[in-house]
Amino acid sequence: MVTRRSFLIGVGGAALSAPAHLREGLAADSFSLDPHLPIGLRNIAQLEALPGKVPLIKLTYRPPNYETPLHYFNELFTPNDAFFVRYHLSDIPEVDPKSWRLAVGGDAATKPFELTLDALKRDFMPVEIPAVCQCSGSRRGLFEPHVAGVEWGYGAMGNARWKGIRLKDILDRAGLTKEAIEIAFDGADGPALDKTPDFVKSIPVWKALDPDTLIAYEMNGQPLPHFNGAPARIIVPGWTATYWMKHLTRITARSTPEDNFWMKAAYRIPVGKFPLVQRFLTQETAANTPITEMVVNSLITTPAESEKVRMGQTLTAKGIAWDGGYGITSVEISTDEGQTWSRATLGPDVGRYSFRQWTFPLKTTRKGALTLLARATNAVGQTQNSTLIQNPGGYHHNLMHRVSVIVG
Amino acid sequence: MWKFVLPVVVLVTATGARADETAIKLKDGPGRDVVMNNCAACHSLDYIQMNSPFLDQKLWEAEVTKMIKVFGAPVDDSDAKAIVDYLSRSYGRP
Repeated sequence: MVTRRSFLIGVGGAALSAPAHLREGLAADSFSLDPHLPIGLRNIAQLEALPGKVPLIKLTYRPPNYETPLHYFNELFTPNDAFFVRYHLSDIPEVDPKSWRLAVGGDAATKPFELTLDALKRDFMPVEIPAVCQCSGSRRGLFEPHVAGVEWGYGAMGNARWKGIRLKDILDRAGLTKEAIEIAFDGADGPALDKTPDFVKSIPVWKALDPDTLIAYEMNGQPLPHFNGAPARIIVPGWTATYWMKHLTRITARSTPEDNFWMKAAYRIPVGKFPLVQRFLTQETAANTPITEMVVNSLITTPAESEKVRMGQTLTAKGIAWDGGYGITSVEISTDEGQTWSRATLGPDVGRYSFRQWTFPLKTTRKGALTLLARATNAVGQTQNSTLIQNPGGYHHNLMHRVSVIVG
Repeated sequence: MWKFVLPVVVLVTATGARADETAIKLKDGPGRDVVMNNCAACHSLDYIQMNSPFLDQKLWEAEVTKMIKVFGAPVDDSDAKAIVDYLSRSYGRP
């Protein structure tokens, strides 16, 4: 039985129906919650720190799901201690890097082997890639009508420099057979009940052999934090984070499609609804297909929602844009509800899988509300949606972000 | 076997469980104890609050069925019915 205790501020109760940004104020260390998120979520979301993390927006305790407050995205790279946390299953062991072993094998590998972390770092060439790690369901909470799941706002994502080795180099040593069609990953975390399907994910063999697909042991120059997959995790740049297996323990080369719940039923999108290039054909059915690459998206990080601005003041609006790895070619801003658009200035290109920063000078000529919309476009012509593409899982939300300031 | 292990044991032993989740208080109502005794074995109860109030009875039933059929939660039929009733009454679409 869960014991009862007095309420924490922010958990349940009538006083707590006020939006979080009113409860918390608008200081830099606070957070705001979009009013379109479910009321139930807005009543329970609060800033709380996991061990090794700064306070993040707590959605659920167990398994832990914590999102990054929006203001952290004013930086190109998301600090490790502010990087979002997402787990499906609640048994999450702290892995000792000294006793950690990676097992590589499967029916489509001719030379199975095991590796220590030292051997992994010593025997293979290190590479570093900046890449966005974004949960497939980031912004799920903004779907209308709402769909069941973790009701994420904008912060189930982050950008980091991931250092590790190429998955391809590991697979070359394992000697893939011609029959290899998928590479599956398992991590050390597991379910509370034996009957709950373990979280195992696979990717197509061609994606596993992509030189940008890594086994990473560092992010932003530091060892991976526990809650982001220590001591090593999979990095699939351009693809959503469901494939980025944390606490990696096993790599399995398969001649048959992986057929567990997390592949066959979860993380699927309707066929043909999204303008995506990379497909996962060995898992595709007539009705649906595994989610793969991220859709093009952007975020306004400055000014903050409802910020007060002095009349006549010139602001520099700031933000980020990203996509599935084709590269951002433009970000446009509208201040008239999408009737006219002006190009923002893009920041340096540090890699096609990274956030791309942008800035836009904003003049305040009229008192009252001033509403900004941002719209990114990528190198293959994909752009953001003005109406939501509905799908049962609540994935790929990329409606244009909207921020209103008060000019007074 | 899980039937006989109280959730409090899970809270203490499961890595990643934190004391703070004991502050979660679900709304009063018939069936609340059944929900707490069954659901908290695998996940904190804020999952319920977070997914409210937009699921109707049919959708809450689908969630409970998924927990049993897909995730293997050992919930008997009468408890499952009490859980669906409580969730749709206390956390369902108005």
